Amino acid sequence: MKLGFYPGCSLEGASREYNESVMAIAEEMGIELVSIPDWNCCGATAAHNMDKELSLSLPARNLALAEEAGLTELVVPCAACYSRFCATQHELMHDENLHKKINGIIEKEYKGNLRILNVIQFIEEFIIDKLEDKMKFEFNKKVACYYGCLLVRPNKVLNFDRTEDPQTMDAVMKKLGADSIDWAFKTECCGAGFSVSFTEAVGRLSGQIIEDAEHRGAEAMIVACPMCHSNLDMRRPEINKYNKKKSDMPVIYITQAIGLALGIDRNKLGLQRHFVPVKLKDFKPYAKKTVVENPQKMEVE
Amino acid sequence: MARIGVFICHCGENISATVDCSKVAQVAATFPGVVHSVDYKYMCSDPGQTLVGNAIKEHNLTGVVVSACSPRMHEPTFRRACAEAGLNPYQCEMANLREHCSWVHERNEKTDDKAIDLVRMLVEKVKRNNALQPIKVPVTKTALVIGGGVAGIQAALDIANAGHKVIMVEREPSIGGHMSQLSETFPTLDCSQCILTPRMVEVAQNPNIKLYTYAEIESVEGFVGNFAVKIRKKAKSIDESKCNGCGLCTTKCPNKKNPNEFELGMAKRPAIYVPFPQAVPNIPVIDKTQCTYYKTGKCKICEKVCQANAIQFDQQDEIIEVLVGAIAICTGFDIKKTDFFPEYGYGKHKDIIDGLQFERLASASGPTNGEIRRPSDGQVPKKIVFVACAGSRDPAKGIEYCSKICCMYTAKHAILYKHKVHDGTAYIFYMDIRAAGKNYDEFTRRAIEEDDAKYIRGRVSKIYERDGKLIVVGADTLMGAQTVEIEADMVVVATAGVANQGAEKLAQILHVSYDQHKFFSEAHPKLKPVETNTAGIYLAGACQSPKDIPESVAAASGVAGKISCLFSNSELTREPLIAVVDRLAPPLYSSCTGCFMCQSVCPYNAIEREEIKDRNGNLVKQLAFINPGLCQGCGTCVAVCKSKSIDIEGYTNSQMYSEVDALLNF
Repeated sequence: MKLGFYPGCSLEGASREYNESVMAIAEEMGIELVSIPDWNCCGATAAHNMDKELSLSLPARNLALAEEAGLTELVVPCAACYSRFCATQHELMHDENLHKKINGIIEKEYKGNLRILNVIQFIEEFIIDKLEDKMKFEFNKKVACYYGCLLVRPNKVLNFDRTEDPQTMDAVMKKLGADSIDWAFKTECCGAGFSVSFTEAVGRLSGQIIEDAEHRGAEAMIVACPMCHSNLDMRRPEINKYNKKKSDMPVIYITQAIGLALGIDRNKLGLQRHFVPVKLKDFKPYAKKTVVENPQKMEVE
Repeated sequence: MARIGVFICHCGENISATVDCSKVAQVAATFPGVVHSVDYKYMCSDPGQTLVGNAIKEHNLTGVVVSACSPRMHEPTFRRACAEAGLNPYQCEMANLREHCSWVHERNEKTDDKAIDLVRMLVEKVKRNNALQPIKVPVTKTALVIGGGVAGIQAALDIANAGHKVIMVEREPSIGGHMSQLSETFPTLDCSQCILTPRMVEVAQNPNIKLYTYAEIESVEGFVGNFAVKIRKKAKSIDESKCNGCGLCTTKCPNKKNPNEFELGMAKRPAIYVPFPQAVPNIPVIDKTQCTYYKTGKCKICEKVCQANAIQFDQQDEIIEVLVGAIAICTGFDIKKTDFFPEYGYGKHKDIIDGLQFERLASASGPTNGEIRRPSDGQVPKKIVFVACAGSRDPAKGIEYCSKICCMYTAKHAILYKHKVHDGTAYIFYMDIRAAGKNYDEFTRRAIEEDDAKYIRGRVSKIYERDGKLIVVGADTLMGAQTVEIEADMVVVATAGVANQGAEKLAQILHVSYDQHKFFSEAHPKLKPVETNTAGIYLAGACQSPKDIPESVAAASGVAGKISCLFSNSELTREPLIAVVDRLAPPLYSSCTGCFMCQSVCPYNAIEREEIKDRNGNLVKQLAFINPGLCQGCGTCVAVCKSKSIDIEGYTNSQMYSEVDALLNF
């Protein structure tokens, strides 16, 4: 099976491990991810604050290229890229004049037939059903699923999951055998764009997230966004400074969690690249559950 | 030969600034059949009306076209003026030169031409108008009051005290409504039960009122003055004539762990129960979904202990048919539950409660006997947060309107809390304090100044639980929108007031309109606030929109006044603008072929089958007959009639076609 793939800058740079883990699980599931030929920046960080046309043209060019390459589904693991792509699709599909204008700027015709999938939608659609057959270990840990801002908002544009209390990542983790906790900071701001420019703010915002998850007994935090990961993992010294205590709770991508359950080599999943070491071990070997014909009767016996 | 008078109104400058009125009058004078044509500054004024009346007498007019504003504005005025001058009022028509012409166009020749065309159309129509007589229908002087809350109680008592019969139908086992659940009432802090329960007893004792509790409206047919209503009296499994309300059955029932609806789930009740001690009537019902006997076929303890032999397990629902002349809808409202709010935990935190639950906690007869104790562990909360406008005024939640009562009851809650927990602190997050009403603002000031309620202007973005505390995260918009975090012991969410469950279904049974929020719609927001669009059906209280007690009571008395007015006549007069099937001489009798397509499309069930028989009683022909009492003149039957046998009086096909022909200058 072939699916379109847009890595974006993060997955080629600071979040290589995200890319590696997505590729690793796709390979395991027999899915080929094809990068958009000659892709460009999605404009996430700066463009939408500076110039509306630029902010729409950059993603539109990528989407048009993907269409030209004959792709029908596009997997966009980075939440920021995903957000920009969906916003562009939404705006252009709802404004004919703008659509024509942007097509003129990119000198391509973007039709809007492409389905844009974030990493969770990708997992839900192409991975989750095959997990039972391929799982080697249970992810038998207490985890806090952290969604951040871009994955589920704005609901009008993305139409994905519940905005205030999302559940999709929790469902995937439960499928892996994890105990995913109910906690309070699932969609709070991690400091995102301030990752480089204002690390103190990141320390405070991400600090509250880490603190609440750890307080409720989470052994790991599961994320699906390179920005969240950078802040929660790389800025741990600032976080610890704000919280005035040392936290060694690892932050891992949901694709890495799946990779671990599938028994994929840790280095292939890029786990060695994290700033906070991923010490999680003692995963329970997974035994496929046999279907019980009449569960009530079994209980009585 | 038609003798038509045309009267062009300037409407001050509303029409004359755009339309050359004297020119229109001159041209109209040349139309065939027009014998008199004038223009005047204010035709609706007393001299203007006299002008019309005098012209009718002087020129012996057979028809009048007043070219002025919309007929919705002044048609009754001019028809009355014509009738006073001896002309049949239905020979008077209005050409709308204001809304349809002067207000929407620039001053130029084309506008004048349009005005002339409008007048020409109506002149042609009025030539074909028939003299019509108003329809008289008898009135059944019994009122049906649906809902036994404070509005229904007030309406029923007022109508009964005016000497008319009242039938009250209440869905729950007791009347009293939400008001019976309240602790104290704003702005006087008098006890809700103390002022309500005597009125409830009055309803039960008034000889003019017949009360059906645990009953719902099954169907309503008919029209103003004559509604045939079917009431489903649900089986209480109790013989009401035998039960003396001793309550032994409720104390002996072994199945006592059912959620108590009256206490909003904060207490338990037996399967056979009276909703609350002051219930009217004081007769228990068996909850069949919970009763051990109905579930397993064994128990019957209540039957054994009942000394009056009042328990009837095999009792069936009863359909009661009544005839009433008017209907008052007083079905009240409901509030959103805390599970409506994902940001406040989808109702999963026990100590986040809604306003009505707080009322029960503060009530002397409530689950905590009036002590403020939180539901999770019974502790007295030392820090309590009230969240106003939860859901209300929030388009993202689909509720754009203000729920109106929350500002006041939240202030009351804060006062009551402080009166009961002296060392506690109450915080109130609010958007605006809307305290418009007699002594209302003074009351909220009292909460702030005397009872030290801490008002914070801002919304609460989220509430989460941590180590037994509820962390309330909000903004203080008067302090530079800075984030406020309060570690609260309990949170009371003033959730939006919404339409009562089943309102939509009831509206459809009654054929009355409702808005997008399922609140019943009044006929006019200002001038007909207690009427519905269906004649003879009125509404009062919070079924219309969220309302507080004084407003509901005032509206209910208004309804009672309206119904008493209606009942003061022995006959009702209705506009004769209804559909009729044509009649021809025998042997045709009518062009109606008896296909009865009209019967299947009539939304008012007004079309019946009429049998024409010869003098030997043999059936000659079947025709459609339109019941003049039921027909509302919508015209649907006219549209579907294949043989063109139906006409609406006042809007006949020939009248309509003549207007079109006049427009096309045929």
